[in-house]
Amino acid sequence: MVERAPVLDTICHAILIAGALLVCVPLYFAFVAGSLTIAEVQKVPLPWLPGGQFVANLQAAWAKADFSRTFLNSIVVAVGITAGKIAVSLLSAFAITYFRFRYRMLAFWLIFMSLMLPIEVRIVPTFEAVANAALPLQWLADMLHVADLWKWISGHDVTITLEWNMVNTYPGLILPLIASATATFLFRQFFLTVPDELCEAARLDGASPLRFFWSILLPLSVSNIIALAIILFLFGWNQYLWPLLFTTDKDMATAVIALKNLIPRSDSEPAWNIAMSGALLTMLPPTLVILLLQRWFLKGLIDSSK
Amino acid sequence: MNASSPIASSPIWPESPAVQVAQPSGLVRSQHPSPGATVAEHSPVTPRPIRARTPKRGQPDREPGLKRANFGREAGLPTLLLLPQLLILVCFFFIPSLRALMQSVLLSDPFGSNVQFVWFDNFKALFASGEYRQSIVTTIWFTVTQNVITLAVAVVLAFASDRVVRGRSVYRTLILLPYAIAPAIAGILWAFLFNPVVGPLAHMLHALGISWDPNRNPNDALWLVIMAASWKHICYDYIFLAVGLLAVPASLMEAAAVDGAGPIRRFFLIALPMLGPTVFFLAVMNFIYGFFETFAIIDAVTHGGPAGATNILVYKVYVDGFINLDLGSSAAQSVLLMTFALICTLLQFRYFDHKVNYGV
Repeated sequence: MVERAPVLDTICHAILIAGALLVCVPLYFAFVAGSLTIAEVQKVPLPWLPGGQFVANLQAAWAKADFSRTFLNSIVVAVGITAGKIAVSLLSAFAITYFRFRYRMLAFWLIFMSLMLPIEVRIVPTFEAVANAALPLQWLADMLHVADLWKWISGHDVTITLEWNMVNTYPGLILPLIASATATFLFRQFFLTVPDELCEAARLDGASPLRFFWSILLPLSVSNIIALAIILFLFGWNQYLWPLLFTTDKDMATAVIALKNLIPRSDSEPAWNIAMSGALLTMLPPTLVILLLQRWFLKGLIDSSK
Repeated sequence: MNASSPIASSPIWPESPAVQVAQPSGLVRSQHPSPGATVAEHSPVTPRPIRARTPKRGQPDREPGLKRANFGREAGLPTLLLLPQLLILVCFFFIPSLRALMQSVLLSDPFGSNVQFVWFDNFKALFASGEYRQSIVTTIWFTVTQNVITLAVAVVLAFASDRVVRGRSVYRTLILLPYAIAPAIAGILWAFLFNPVVGPLAHMLHALGISWDPNRNPNDALWLVIMAASWKHICYDYIFLAVGLLAVPASLMEAAAVDGAGPIRRFFLIALPMLGPTVFFLAVMNFIYGFFETFAIIDAVTHGGPAGATNILVYKVYVDGFINLDLGSSAAQSVLLMTFALICTLLQFRYFDHKVNYGV
């Protein structure tokens, strides 16, 4: 800085400490409450110092929310969303930047249109689509009058009913959330900055497009892929609305949804100690990801949000 | 405050595209709102050093967003490559969106056996219903307040962390933490802190003589979700502002300092205006966050109550569609929300597309 301003610097430190406290206070009280017995947690005022029940509460929360199962579900969903989005986006970004085909701009705009329209606003129809993924085929069959055609050909009366229920399945949890354009645009932007000479050289050497993609483009994209993977993992782990609609089967619930059932309601025993232990457990994996991979995380965030 | 300081190039804060935001506006303002156009064409004032260097090789029909070195006019392979993306989009995006559009002009009973075409009656009914208008007011109040709090706190924190040297990375790491925490969990943490019976902060409020009960008092409930939503989102705004500040030209700040402007004055008169596009982008993102992602907070903490005080629009879509099974009304609400989301996206591109600067 250009000049010395000790007073201002002190104020800045005070502001930052206040900001850090703002972040830490809820986490600290979650820890305190998570380490108390149920009798202690109901005492007013809440003790400022943690008690000795921390591990026991963690175990209780683990069992009560069936975290052995729901953590597994969360991991499958988060990894599935991450891998799916990245794979699908890499391929389509490659297609729209490296090939000159007739429907290139149409494909581009189709993908672009899906940008930023969150799943929250179209939950009912999306749920229908997942409840019967064969619905589009059904409509197609109805529209083309396949049944009438069949009757005309064979003389038999048939009704075509196509059903493919994906509720309570991993694909049902994962696939609708893969439909988003941000990752495609991130890779598209990155590909546009890749030097043309690389592709020219690859073509001179007789490499096929897929070979170029696999041996040159993919290795170049590694840092972008890692950065994006972190963001998408957090996104997948923290999903709420979509898994909520799928909790008809308890075994398919994700950790965040299972945690919700630990919150004391007004008519139940106020087991906030268990709820807070569960909250700490559920936020642990994403928090570790951010702490360990902070540098990549920032790159991914800044890149993917523009 | 120097872009070439060791902090600026520290591994934690990568050089980012936000750098371009802070350039003098004449360089970056683009006239094309569409992303397809921006790639190839910049406004006349934008320098094009790279294009000037690369000779065109007899390709007058260059398409926007296409690599100069490409694999030519093949059609089979790119179609195959695009297929997974397009299939997923069609199944889970376009068809559901179309269905929402269709349902919004239909009236059907919960079992779907009796369907009637009713034109815009669903929309008319929505705007006639006091509950929906109340939900609009609540949503606007909620998102605007959340937006103002989040941005204000983030700006102050960004300014402070830009000034201090010692302990900066510790502060940053701590401020980043809420990004990892799911909105639902953030809501649960705050619900506990302000639980009228056991919550430590609620106890403090009571000790100060403030009556506080988010389970009964609509106003308290709304403030509770606003606080939780802001707490969760401050880190997001902070990251963008902090990275943007690193890119403010040091020469400009030094010149202002020589002219006698103090650090605070420099911040508000130079740095913040240069961050204008970033702030605008963040405001739009905050609106999107407030409108859609806070669903989890509402559902985990207040369930839209008490007395509909926290029944924001996206929560109402869910309740009407999945609990009350009023599909027509829910679809009409979806369509209205989609329109809003699209406007937000377009705004974002209109004012932020100049970040997309490949020099192609």
